[in-house]
Amino acid sequence: MRREGSPFQGVGAVAVKELADNLSSARMFVLEWLIVLTALAALYSAIDSLRRTTAQDPFLLLRLFTVNHAPLPSFVAILGFLIPLMAIGLGFDAINGEHNRRTLSRILAQPIYRDALLIGKFLAGLVTLAMSLAALWLMVIGLGLIFLGVPPGGEEVARSLAFLVIAVFYAGVWLALAMLLSIVFRSSATAALVALGIWLFLTVLWPMLAPAIAQVIAPPDPRYALLGLQTPDTGIWTQMLSRISPNHLFSEAMVGVLSPTTRTLGPVFLEQLRGAVMGAPLPLSQSLIIVWPQTVGLIAGTIVLFVIGYIAFQRQEVRA
Amino acid sequence: MSETANDIVIAARDLTKRYGDVSVVDRITFDIAKGETFGLLGPNGAGKTTTILMMLGLTEISGGSIHVLGDDPARAPLQVKRRVGYLPDSVGFYDHLTAVENLAYTSKLMGLRPAERARRITAALARVRLLDVADKRVATFSRGMRQRLGLAEIIVKQAEIAILDEPTSGLDPQSTIEFLGLVGELRAEGVTVLLSSHMLDQVQRVCNRVALFQSGRIVLMGAVADLARQVLGAGFVVEVEADGSGLDRRLAAIPGVTGVETLAADRFRMTADRDVRPDAARAVVAANGSLRRLSVDEPSLEAIYARYFQSQAGETQGARHAA
Repeated sequence: MRREGSPFQGVGAVAVKELADNLSSARMFVLEWLIVLTALAALYSAIDSLRRTTAQDPFLLLRLFTVNHAPLPSFVAILGFLIPLMAIGLGFDAINGEHNRRTLSRILAQPIYRDALLIGKFLAGLVTLAMSLAALWLMVIGLGLIFLGVPPGGEEVARSLAFLVIAVFYAGVWLALAMLLSIVFRSSATAALVALGIWLFLTVLWPMLAPAIAQVIAPPDPRYALLGLQTPDTGIWTQMLSRISPNHLFSEAMVGVLSPTTRTLGPVFLEQLRGAVMGAPLPLSQSLIIVWPQTVGLIAGTIVLFVIGYIAFQRQEVRA
Repeated sequence: MSETANDIVIAARDLTKRYGDVSVVDRITFDIAKGETFGLLGPNGAGKTTTILMMLGLTEISGGSIHVLGDDPARAPLQVKRRVGYLPDSVGFYDHLTAVENLAYTSKLMGLRPAERARRITAALARVRLLDVADKRVATFSRGMRQRLGLAEIIVKQAEIAILDEPTSGLDPQSTIEFLGLVGELRAEGVTVLLSSHMLDQVQRVCNRVALFQSGRIVLMGAVADLARQVLGAGFVVEVEADGSGLDRRLAAIPGVTGVETLAADRFRMTADRDVRPDAARAVVAANGSLRRLSVDEPSLEAIYARYFQSQAGETQGARHAA
């Protein structure tokens, strides 16, 4: 039997209210400044080192995102690390917060479906993240114009827009995860701790564990080791395992989009490079083809996590 | 559907809710008529809130059926929730928003137009006497004010049925009286009120009919006076304070009196199935006594409740001994 009425009735009202809450919350304020200040530091050092090499690079603006100048990591690396924190901060108490404030049953007694509450909250979170990222993106372009004095070309802007879109989906994965945990755990503190645990595991521990596990699955061949090369099987396994982490997918996609000379993200056979002009930039469409799997992976991760949360929420008891 | 000519607004038939093997609500059947004030009574965990959530389609039904205003809340929840107002047990609001903002949010979810929204919210806040704190954050509200704000939400909705779950628990006597007064106003407007509570005297004060829940079942249902006759054996308890010779015998001889208890030399307690005060007065005068006090105890729900559970406990104990 079909249920009557639209599941989207009330989504707008929920999204607008949650967006207003997100934007005015102290939590958001702190997270935003954390990101802006670290990003500014990274940008400042990038600009400093770029000034000396201005003449040599046709994609100066994009270098702003990717150049790192010790001891600071690049702007993109910082975002890869901090976007999850921001998304978790927005999502970890989405549903259990309503439970604990005892507002959930009152809201659900209004003529809306549960879908509207969940979708509205997710959209509000995603829009909040997109707005913050867009502001950061504008900040980078603006600073590039002011300090480097080189107007960005059309392709550079297009590539940096691709960066923006991928970053929003990367944030979406973490937002969906945080909301899922807020449904599963009745206590906000537990949900936040578990989310942060997963974040630290996937961004800090997993890059170290993945090669170790790969070596167990496909032990390195001593003949390659003698030549000082990595065994291809081990390399492929390492890459596959690393890609479980959305952080790895994001950084791969960023390399592909923001460094136009990137031709491949995985191992490559020598004959595939025949005829290639080393160091020559690829056209935008080719770069997008390279990062398409990573982007789809992030979008799919967002959808899968959201759907799991959706099912869990539909089956949950309303009463406290 | 099951809405009959005599305006049944809520009809439950063998309504059941199971969690695994445990039946939280076990095959309950009841009808609530339009304009009635119906009390759901019983200890905590007896299944009152679960029954209410099933009426709103907020929890799945394991068996039986329920129709609210002719609709099945499991299949047409929006239709039901548009016409039914719900004040949950210890209701919560968004503390960082003002009273008006909280109501504006829920009235948006109700799908009201902006102009209509503003008009209804102001009117509702005025009715529950919260207009002067309309723009204060709810964080500063007392429990009584929050309950009244919850009632304002139901008024904004112009609900035909108001379901109030433990609305007065934790309120001070002053707030309780004020709240029950507002419930009375709703009832006077023809709103059907469903009140769940374990505060018996309050339920008795406002309800036409009550249902007594015990471990998932309705064990008693009806008007308070009927229940009193059913459980206490007699509906009226009259106390007489008078002197005169042989009064106890004269009082016992009054038709309808089922028992006379002598409390002191000049005080008697009579139980009867009708109001026997005029006859008692006549009997005292006939005995040449002087009547000092004549009072009737309304059958109290508390007595019914206590007596019912006592007899239950006695029965189960007896059964255990027999086994």
